This record gives sequence, structure tokens and C-alpha cells, in this order.
Amino acid sequence: MSVAQSEGDVPQVKAPARRNADGTYWSQTRRRFMRSRVGVAGAVVVLVLYLICLILPEFFAPYDPESKNAQYFGGPPQVVRFVDDEGQLSIQPFVYGVARKIDPKTMQRTFAEDRSVHYPIGFFVRGDAYKLFGFIPADIHLFGSADGKGHVNLLGTDRIGRDVLSRMIHGGRLSLSMGLIGVSISLILGAVLGTVAGYFGGVTDNVVMRATEVLMAFPTLPLWMTLAAAVPPDWSPTAVYIGITAILALVAWGTLAREVRGKVLALREEEYVLAGRVMGASHARLIFRHLLPGCFSHIIVVATLAIPSMIIAETALGFLGLGVKPPMISWGVMLNEAQNIRSIAHTPWLLFPAIPVIVSILAFNFLGDGMRDAADPQSEL
Amino acid sequence: MLSFIFRRVVQMAPLLFLISVVSFVLINLPPGDYLTIKIAELEARGDSGAQFILGQYRERFGLDLPIWQQYWIWISHFVTGDFGRSFEYEREVGTLIWERMGFSVLLSLSTMLFAWLVAIPAGIFAATHQYRLGDNLLSFVAFLGLALPNFLLALLLMYLSVVVFGWSVGGLFSPEYLDAAWSPAKFVDLLKHLWVPVVVIGTAGTAGLMRLMRGNLLDVLRQQYVTTARAKGLPEGKVVYKHALRVAINPLISVAGTMFPAIIAGEVITSVVLNLPTIGPLFLRALQVQDMYLAGAILMFMSLFLMLGNLLADIGLALADPRIKLS
Repeated sequence: MSVAQSEGDVPQVKAPARRNADGTYWSQTRRRFMRSRVGVAGAVVVLVLYLICLILPEFFAPYDPESKNAQYFGGPPQVVRFVDDEGQLSIQPFVYGVARKIDPKTMQRTFAEDRSVHYPIGFFVRGDAYKLFGFIPADIHLFGSADGKGHVNLLGTDRIGRDVLSRMIHGGRLSLSMGLIGVSISLILGAVLGTVAGYFGGVTDNVVMRATEVLMAFPTLPLWMTLAAAVPPDWSPTAVYIGITAILALVAWGTLAREVRGKVLALREEEYVLAGRVMGASHARLIFRHLLPGCFSHIIVVATLAIPSMIIAETALGFLGLGVKPPMISWGVMLNEAQNIRSIAHTPWLLFPAIPVIVSILAFNFLGDGMRDAADPQSEL
Repeated sequence: MLSFIFRRVVQMAPLLFLISVVSFVLINLPPGDYLTIKIAELEARGDSGAQFILGQYRERFGLDLPIWQQYWIWISHFVTGDFGRSFEYEREVGTLIWERMGFSVLLSLSTMLFAWLVAIPAGIFAATHQYRLGDNLLSFVAFLGLALPNFLLALLLMYLSVVVFGWSVGGLFSPEYLDAAWSPAKFVDLLKHLWVPVVVIGTAGTAGLMRLMRGNLLDVLRQQYVTTARAKGLPEGKVVYKHALRVAINPLISVAGTMFPAIIAGEVITSVVLNLPTIGPLFLRALQVQDMYLAGAILMFMSLFLMLGNLLADIGLALADPRIKLS
């Protein structure tokens, strides 16, 4: 109440200027959002992640995700240096070469830095060839070994010598896009069914709500696992990708439908909707022109907050070996290799894909929270 | 009260039916499941022993009948405690689940205990010290705890304990106690192993509970009856613990009911990572080899727990809060 009152005082003082300054609902919302520092930070991180992983992974990754370094497998991350052993400063960063050693007792293979070899790191270097956006041939990478002779594996290599950083960047394409597409599908399903249920009420409402109840009566993760396990093993990778995304969406739409329905139920009783009905507007017009825009901000917020759980689900399924499978790369698939204690003890850098998972989850949560506060300033939480 | 419970149970009946239908559909969904392979194998063998087992399966699961009759056979056996057969283990599903259920329940109860013991005091502290350093710190940790997926936490914790501290984790017992009879020493050994999964599984729940406790208590502390209590000159401790907390804790009861089944379902991945003898790894294994009667029964049990938890929460809330009307 106090918020409304204090705002109510302002227009009496300078009413003419206010209309201009306030603008439409959306520009108000945008301004409120820009005020939340955490929300903006979340938005920036999300955009950067999508730029790197979804749009230009081939450029940002130093190597092709499948190219193997036969000399350096299971190798630890190389440290970027500016000062060498003689204390000489070089402006160009470099990494040391590596020397393979075999422990005579345990026969365990280890790598040590070979301080006599310098591999300078260059930017915009030529490397593995790729097709930009799938059709423009290119071979420029953001960074890599400057002279092309050495190798730069900043996050180490996996068991068969593939660059972990490159795979991580390429894996993000799948992990991040699945969240986005999955949420979009469940958004459309949930918004349409929720609106219809709330608007028509009666039998329609009953059927939709019972359906969501059945969905929610199952624990989410085990249901996801069961459905993912039913994906036939002989499907092509693309089909598996679509199948898993559809499964993610299929399980998640229920919550969204319920939220939208609740909102529509409240809006339905508003006078402007009644006015529309009195003027003879059709059901479709009432729904799409009057009710849906009213819930729109709410829907976007709920969807944003649903993306992290989709990313977690994809990662968890891949991790368990039930989701997408190699040769496709996702963060879950990569973490699958870091599953047992032995690989964690000997090659802990295989755990690096956990970092983008956590970062993207946090970023989406911050973004969603900021958007919620901006779209609905009255709501607490 | 009894009629309230009865009504709730009756309301659950159609939902139960639908859940069982969905479970049965899921059981039959995967093409080439273990039973199909098994049957092909038996038919290929073709001797009288194989024919005999084949006939048994046909009769027991109604394999030659239409699907809805198969469903009827399955569900009527299910309610009498015959959940089907695991073809991988060549054993009854009931005994397989039963062997592991004990540890799942033990793990869940310990996790809940942990979550409540940590979350309630932390939530009270955060609410009574709003926006101060302690509150901000706790809120930040809670946010992280909510955002971190369980299995990542398990992996990170495992990395820390194995590589940094050099402890052995994984499993619920050290090798020397695995087959030993129960003794005080074995119990201590169990406790030594139990804390890792409890922390891993409990983190998200603890964080959620803490935020809920903090929010509720803050709401209640702003109410007029609390101001009245303060105006009467009651000491602050009494205001918080006797007046405010009693009301603020009610919504947490409904959370408690849903937490137990959520933990049973949530421990699946963690148990796989930490190699625990609970339902989780059994479920995953069953899905991987498409041993569908086993997987379907576990899924069905998990949703039954979920419904039971909701029911218990409603009853508990009705008992604790006299303002809730039962009709």
C-alpha cells in the first residue's frame, strides 16, 4: 500500500512531465530491470554464454572437439605464463611444453612441464578448419598455438587427447539450446492449455488440470529418466536430441499451465475483459488480444526460471548416460567421463564442465529474479 | 478428522488409477526391453525347460492377451504385493526393492533431520538479523545451495575428500564391515559414510527450508500481535520463540510431507555417484537394461510416496493449525 501511495503523490506535483518520463508498460519494466544490478549481470552472462557456445563455438574453441592429440592424452591443464624461468618477461603469453613420464612402480603415466620448450600463444591464429554457421569455410580461432607447432590445452585433455576447453564450448551448444527449445515447447503447450483451461473453465478446465496433476504426481527426475530410457538406441543423434528435448518439455509444461491458468482466472473477471465480451469480441480475440498479453510478463518470468531446471535435467540425463550420447557432446556427456572416483583422483580437470553448468544456472536465476521484480513491482519475494 | 482423511483418500483414487496406467504404459514403452530379449532367447533354445519357463511367463503376464488385459493382470497383482519379476536379476521385484528400501529410508530420514536441524535455527537467525552480515551470508549460501545440482555437489565433494583430504568416500560401509553383522563399530562406520550423501542430498532442501523459515518469520514479526507482545514488555526471546515462531513454522509442516518423497526421488543420481546401496542405482540399472517391471514398480512406488507425503502433510497441518477448516 505504502508504495502506491508514495507514487500517487508524485503526479500531483508535475503531472505533464510524468507521462513522458514513464512511457509504456514495457519501457517502465525495462527501466526497472536495468536498475537491478544482479539481473543485468545475469542477462550479460547469459548473452555471452550463448554467443560463445551457440553462435560461434568453432571460433572461440581453440580446437575441433574431435581432434585428438596423440602425444598428450589425459594431460593436465597447461598454465598460461608471461615470465619464464630466467625471469624474462614476454608480452606474448606462452605455455611450456610437456614431457611424458611413466612411474616405474605404478606404471601410472604422468605429464610434467618441459621448461625448455616454449609454445607461444597467438590470437586469431589458423587452426582446425570448420564451417562458420555451417556453411562458411574458415580456420581462424580466437587463440591457439601461435606457430602451429605446439599445443595449447588450457583445461587439459581427456582420456583420448581431445581438448577439454574446446569440447566444453561445443558441448554448450547442446546443453544450452536444449534448455531454450525445451522451455519454448513447454511454454507454448503450457500457455495455450493454461489459458484455455482458465478461460473456458468447466470440463475443459477439469481435463487439463487432471492431466497436470497426473504429471506432477510423478517425481520429475525419475520420470525424465524413464522416458529418456525409452528412446530407442538405434535413433540417429539428431533424433535423440529432438526426442530428449521433447521429453524435457513434456514433463515440464504442467507447472507452467497451472500458473498461467491461475493468472487467467484472475484476469477473466477484470472489467476490461467484460467490456470486450459485451462488445461482442470472439473467444479467440479475447484470449489472444486481452488475456494472453496480460499474462505475458508473468509467462516470460516463469519460463526464464524454468530454463535452469532444464539445463540441470539435460546434464543429469547425459551424466547418467540416459540422455544424448557420444559422439554428441554436451556438458552432461562430458561429466559422464568424470563419474568414478578413479578418474576424479587422476584427471580432476574432467570436472571443468561443471563450471559452465553452475554459471549458466546462476545467471538464468539472477536474470529471472530481476525480470520478476521488474515486471511485477508489487510482488514480494 | 477421520472423515477428512477418508475424503482425501477417496479423492486420491482416480489419480492413483491414472498413475498406474501411466506407469504401465511406461513399462511397455521401450522397444526391445529385457523381457522381449529373454523370450527370444528362450524360444531360440527351444528345449522343454525353456518352453516351460516361457509358458510360465505367458501365463503370469498375460503376454498373448490384449494390452488392457495385461494391465489388469499387472495391477491386480500389484495391489496384492506381487510387483512382477526382474529378468536381469532373475528375482522377484518385491524382494529386490525391499532389500534396498531400508537404506533409502534411512538416508531420507537422516537427510530430513539434517535439513531441519540446520535450516530452522539458520532461518530464525537470518530473520532476526535481517540485512545484516550474517543474514546476507546465509542467503548467499542458500542461493548457491539451491542452484547447485546434487550430482555436481557430490562430484565436487568427492573430489575434495579424495584428492585434498585423502579420505575414502562412496558406499555406506567400509569394506571390512560390508558383510559383518550389526555391531556398534559397524554403526559408527555407517555414520562416517552417511554424512556425505546426507549433506549432498540435503543441501537444496536445507536452503529452501531456510529461506521459507526466514520469509515466514519476517512476515509474522511484522504483524500487530507481535507488536502487542513487545508493547506488553515481553523479552524479545519470548516474542520470537513463543509468539512468532509458533505461527511461522506452520507452512513448514506441509513442506515436510513433500520433502521425504522428494529426497527418495532426488537421491537417485547422488547414490549412483557415491555408489550407495539404495533404490537409486537399482532404478538406473533397471532403466539401462530395460528391465521394465522393476523400473516401473520403482517409479510407481516413488509417486505413491509423493501422494502419501502430500496426504500426511495435509493431515499434519490440520492437526497443528486450528485455523484450518477440515470441511
